[in-house]
Amino acid sequence: MKILFPFFAVILLVLLAVVGVKGANLHFLFGVVVPYAAVFTFIIGVIYRVLKWAKSPVPFSIATTCGQQKTLPWIKQNKLENPSSTLHVIGRMALEVLLFRSLFRNIKGELKDSSRLIYGSDKWLWLAGIAFHYSFLIVLLRHIRLFAEPTPSYLHLLETFDGFLQIGAPRLFMTGVILLAAVTFLFLRRLYIPQVRYISLSADYFPLFLIIGIATTGILMRYFLKTDIVGVKELTMGLVSLSPVIPKGVGAIFYVHLFLVSILFAYFPFSKLMHMGGVFLSPTRNLTGNSREYRRINPWNYPVKVHTYEEYEEEFRDKMKMAEIPVEKE
Amino acid sequence: MAKFTAKPAELLKIDFKTPKTDWMDTPVNIREHMYCHPAKAKDLEVVDFPNIHEWRPVDENWNLPENWKEIVLNGIKERLQKYRSFHVFMDICVRCGACADKCHFYLGTGDPKNMPVLRAELLRSVYRKYFTTGGKIFGKTAGARELTEDVLKELWYYFYQCTECRRCSVFCPYGIDTAEITMMGRELTNLLGLQLGWIAGPVANCYMKGNHLGLEPHTVKSNIEFMIDDIETITGIRVNPTFNRKGAEILFVTPSGDLFGVPGVYTAMGYLMLFHELGLDYTWSTYASEGGNFGFFTSNEMAKRLNYKIYAEAKRLGVKWILGGECGHMWRVLHQYMDTWNGPADFLEVPKSPITGTVFENAKSLKMIHVIEFAADLIKHGKLKLDPSRNDHLKVTFHDSCNIARGMGMFEEPRYVIKNVCNHFYEMPENTIREKTFCCGSGTGLNASENMELRMRGGLPRANAVKYVRDRYGVNTVANICAIDRATLQASMDYWVPGTAVAGIHELIGNALVMKGEKERTQDLRLEPLPGKEGVE
Repeated sequence: MKILFPFFAVILLVLLAVVGVKGANLHFLFGVVVPYAAVFTFIIGVIYRVLKWAKSPVPFSIATTCGQQKTLPWIKQNKLENPSSTLHVIGRMALEVLLFRSLFRNIKGELKDSSRLIYGSDKWLWLAGIAFHYSFLIVLLRHIRLFAEPTPSYLHLLETFDGFLQIGAPRLFMTGVILLAAVTFLFLRRLYIPQVRYISLSADYFPLFLIIGIATTGILMRYFLKTDIVGVKELTMGLVSLSPVIPKGVGAIFYVHLFLVSILFAYFPFSKLMHMGGVFLSPTRNLTGNSREYRRINPWNYPVKVHTYEEYEEEFRDKMKMAEIPVEKE
Repeated sequence: MAKFTAKPAELLKIDFKTPKTDWMDTPVNIREHMYCHPAKAKDLEVVDFPNIHEWRPVDENWNLPENWKEIVLNGIKERLQKYRSFHVFMDICVRCGACADKCHFYLGTGDPKNMPVLRAELLRSVYRKYFTTGGKIFGKTAGARELTEDVLKELWYYFYQCTECRRCSVFCPYGIDTAEITMMGRELTNLLGLQLGWIAGPVANCYMKGNHLGLEPHTVKSNIEFMIDDIETITGIRVNPTFNRKGAEILFVTPSGDLFGVPGVYTAMGYLMLFHELGLDYTWSTYASEGGNFGFFTSNEMAKRLNYKIYAEAKRLGVKWILGGECGHMWRVLHQYMDTWNGPADFLEVPKSPITGTVFENAKSLKMIHVIEFAADLIKHGKLKLDPSRNDHLKVTFHDSCNIARGMGMFEEPRYVIKNVCNHFYEMPENTIREKTFCCGSGTGLNASENMELRMRGGLPRANAVKYVRDRYGVNTVANICAIDRATLQASMDYWVPGTAVAGIHELIGNALVMKGEKERTQDLRLEPLPGKEGVE
């Protein structure tokens, strides 16, 4: 159920776009209305979610310290794993966000022969994660071509780099293939590792299927079902210049691709995909570890009921005197 | 309850297969030896905890207050608004599973609900149902579920199978810290009066008497006097500590576990000997006689109430700064919470070692340093005469305590000290030490006796790493700087790695410390013969 439901949901979305465009001629709906609505939902939704998180304060300094603290001058501090300045924190966050530092630490723990726990390096998830996120980023950047006239020169550079294998015509972009391979790996991993399968929800499979659908339709369009690229650009330029047009001759596959992308954008703020924004707000990573050096203020700190020394002495004064422990009141 | 008798070989038959049924459809099975007894009403009354009532974990009916659901949901709402950590961690998990095999309880039980991700999902599913649009509309498909009594029991059972050790948070790509989630989960159970006896007892003791063990002032003193006698037997020197003395330069606060029972007292003897040798102008306090904080395992507010005493006492006695003993969670609380709760301690001075002149800038706001930082500085400056050969009968490894490691980051200081007082030191495998260290299995108030199976299972990964260095190098001593380790690791060692002793680092210092005017030593602090001195007495 957890797998089939999101799978058929994505199939349904594909069919919806095909039928909508081919059967019902709703080109304007799928080419203009839905994309606008999706981008609008994405922007407003992401801002709303981030602001909602930001509204909750960070009362305590709870960095997870993963390296040596700042201490005596002859002991070397690990500034990236236990930061004590904003600069260190920026370094730590950069490693986390750009290189998935924590995931890189991953080890696999196993019980061998019912007697020995052993831990081996396990970087596959890290590798797939990096491959997935970076190829997705480059694919996204490549799409800027559709929203800018003339095409910015850095895109040529990116495309040269991405297509350096020089295979086929149109030239094969590596990132498209890597994206599809990585996302497939992430899906198969979820399916075949029993523990990961056990914790997976529909909400974990749905974005995977969606992205597989997006990558597949994209690759189909570029290499197999040739699409009228001039028409596509006309449409996308229309969207970005807020004067939408629906050119003739753009195949249904494009509308499927665009619809799935729109769904991904609209779905983003309501889903776990918000980890993209959340990682920046994670208090265990974005705080310094030197909480004895600088006092953190808790905005909701309030006075609490305590047991004072006077009350304590009142109860134990005789015993204290007997034991020759100094007291305030004789 | 029957006694826990399972043999290690039985416990090692760990089934890592996932159940056939989905976790939401797999009801919680509250098993004997895996949970602690409920709190006594009188202990909860002392600190005014809410909804005190009679209940037993195995009973069908937990006698919950009528509006229990409302209490829990309001409790979640309030905490989402107070803690960004909780709020963000409820939302951003992608269930990648990187945390799964990082948890000592998962490795020791194979129970999928002990995977940190699933432990958190137990509560996240409730969060989604009542606090997210998707969860409200799509229900189970969106990973949401109703809060029922069975769900509550499940939350209770598994939040008391987590020791807030934060190992999972080291590996999480978003830094999701299960400790934050467990802390909230436990606060919720506390609102319903579902507290553990082993936690509530120490909390009540600490509140009224100043320490977890409930030692009254004269007993604090007499316990230390017993140690003074032993020190005299061993060294011929009578140390002379003071109590509640106004005008001392330093207030010394250590977990009360060091004042009662072995091997904690050996650590305390080490402190007494070191401070005497230095001629340190310090005092013990019977009022602030607890460094640890079991309140931290009930609620943030209770932790603050207990922690209050340390600064209050420092102020009353007029000391310049505070020195803290060897403890784990005590230092998480001191390092990351105390200044925020009960600071600023502007009546104190930045800690400065009167022996070396070192100013501890890293504690310039809190005004409190760890005794191991203090000792490392002394050794570095050559202020101690040490004879490490007196520890030659010990082959030592070092167990980083979770909180010192991941809530503070003190890794080099203890190692530096050990290497200077012992000749035989061996590290456990790198994936089990430093920031990747394993919990002893009994932290966060789970160090009772009725939950022994849980403790032994949770202690397995640590014990297994000790076994590795025992088999390879003949290690016979696990050094540590945590009172809970000293109180609980011995049981785990006896079970999994028999013949291995547990010792605080100051015990090792005490053995090696050559004191002015001492007699020729023939015994270590345990009153056992020193190497080469067997049969001398």
